[in-house]
Amino acid sequence: MTKIENNRAWWLVLPVFLMVAFNALLPLMTVVNYSVQETFGNNEFFWSGTTWFQQLLHDDQFHDSLKRQIVFTAVILAIEIPLGLAIALCMPRSGRWVSVCLVLLALPLLVPWNVVGSMWNIMALPDIGLLGKGLNALGIPYNYTRQPISAWFTVVLMDVWHWTSLVVLLCYAGLVAIPDAYYQAAKVDGAKPWAVFRYIQLPKLKHVLTIAILLRFMDSFMIYTEVIVLTGGGPGSTTKFLSIDLVQKALGGFDLGPAAAFSIVYFLIILFLSWLFYTLMMREEAK
Amino acid sequence: MRKRYVVLTVYIVFLMLPIYWLLNMSFKTTNEILGGFSAFPRDFTLDSYRTIFTDPSWYNAYINSITYVVINTVISVTLALPAAYAFSRYRFLGDKHLFFWLLSNRMAPAAVFVLPFVNLYSAVGLFDTPWAVALAHTLFNIPLAVWILEGFMSGVPKELDETAYVDGYSFPSFFIRIFLPTISAGIGVAAFFCFMFSWVEMLLAKNLTSVAAKPIVAAMTKTASTSGYELGLLAAAGVLTLIPGAIVIYFVRNYIAKGFALGRV
Repeated sequence: MTKIENNRAWWLVLPVFLMVAFNALLPLMTVVNYSVQETFGNNEFFWSGTTWFQQLLHDDQFHDSLKRQIVFTAVILAIEIPLGLAIALCMPRSGRWVSVCLVLLALPLLVPWNVVGSMWNIMALPDIGLLGKGLNALGIPYNYTRQPISAWFTVVLMDVWHWTSLVVLLCYAGLVAIPDAYYQAAKVDGAKPWAVFRYIQLPKLKHVLTIAILLRFMDSFMIYTEVIVLTGGGPGSTTKFLSIDLVQKALGGFDLGPAAAFSIVYFLIILFLSWLFYTLMMREEAK
Repeated sequence: MRKRYVVLTVYIVFLMLPIYWLLNMSFKTTNEILGGFSAFPRDFTLDSYRTIFTDPSWYNAYINSITYVVINTVISVTLALPAAYAFSRYRFLGDKHLFFWLLSNRMAPAAVFVLPFVNLYSAVGLFDTPWAVALAHTLFNIPLAVWILEGFMSGVPKELDETAYVDGYSFPSFFIRIFLPTISAGIGVAAFFCFMFSWVEMLLAKNLTSVAAKPIVAAMTKTASTSGYELGLLAAAGVLTLIPGAIVIYFVRNYIAKGFALGRV
């Protein structure tokens, strides 16, 4: 659609701008302020330059949680995107079952995040949980509070349970938007199902898949509540992701400076990667 | 064809299992839970639910949560409507940068904002009120609402606006009487998403409140940590948090797929 040049449109955007500025700019200024200062309590602050940033760059704990975070995000993207796409392809296109399926699929997305954690906690208890008891009955040693492997397995399974539906719904929306004429043309040409997928469905899904990857990347990089309720970052610190590390530093340790430096680096990483996705997405759209 | 539905059914069963297990636990007595594994409640009881509905510290937590979620949804959608219209219809100074800046707030980890938000909302005297949580949640809900509404509005042909202006409508009366009814599905979807993200969030909701406005998500973590093994109660509280979600899904079920694609497929 061609848009009209009109700077008075700013009046329409102004309320949103002011509200978000109040919520975003003031806190960010506070964070930046803390990140370059040293405090010994009593609200006395001293200039400390880039000390906290240098300390962070050499902080092994930060490196470890960053590595864990990247591995976690990569694993869940590698599972959720193909699985979500596959499930969307299995969905019926029309009929009364569509609404039922959509509602059931969307249900995990509306569960409060701490309830997701509690739910999987109860599922995974080794003595009375369905998952824990089941795995142990199969002869697989499983205890998510003791074994790092079990903890990771549970956290990943929980995230797949929680968020794959988002990918399914996005892909499904993309699939139903493909006009029937495309499929009829493919039928006339005698195209195999794989060819239909590769040359008709996948190209049409590119846009929704980009949104799916972008949203899943951002949200998995910020994961906090589900994991803190399920494992608390343990056993040891094997499931301690970036947000958990940060909240421990900021609210637990009262180390304002280091926590603020951490916040800024953390936000910049997400912002940079999302900007990269966004630019690529917009370039595709412009084509 | 048959194989596809088997896969879909297996997946939906996988989605329902933890929910079933939660329901199962919520109907058990504490003795049965501690007694060991059982696939369904033997001594069916509603005690856990009874506790929640009779103890003010529990049911008030639900009321507090619903209060800030509703305030947040109303504020987010109301402010986002004109902004989304501007983004979908006009080019103006800095529009692209502004749009990306708005979206960048959707990318901000809540963990980064916890501490500054506590300072900010204490300073303006809103700490421990539903307003603090409602306003804090607009940080990520306004950008989302703008994004979704912009998608839906871009699908409405511009001829609609032009015809209305020719017919002598002023902007406000056109916007409220013609445009809003046209995109009512989009408004429903945007409201659904604001409701959803405000309802499921815990970190900010928990830390911006202490006693008076304590939300259900915070009340639940307290049960889990202090009073030990009250799994039945925890499960029942969890089951009750699923209900508002199920109700709002039902209302937008026909638009849900389009909504998740942010209105732009």
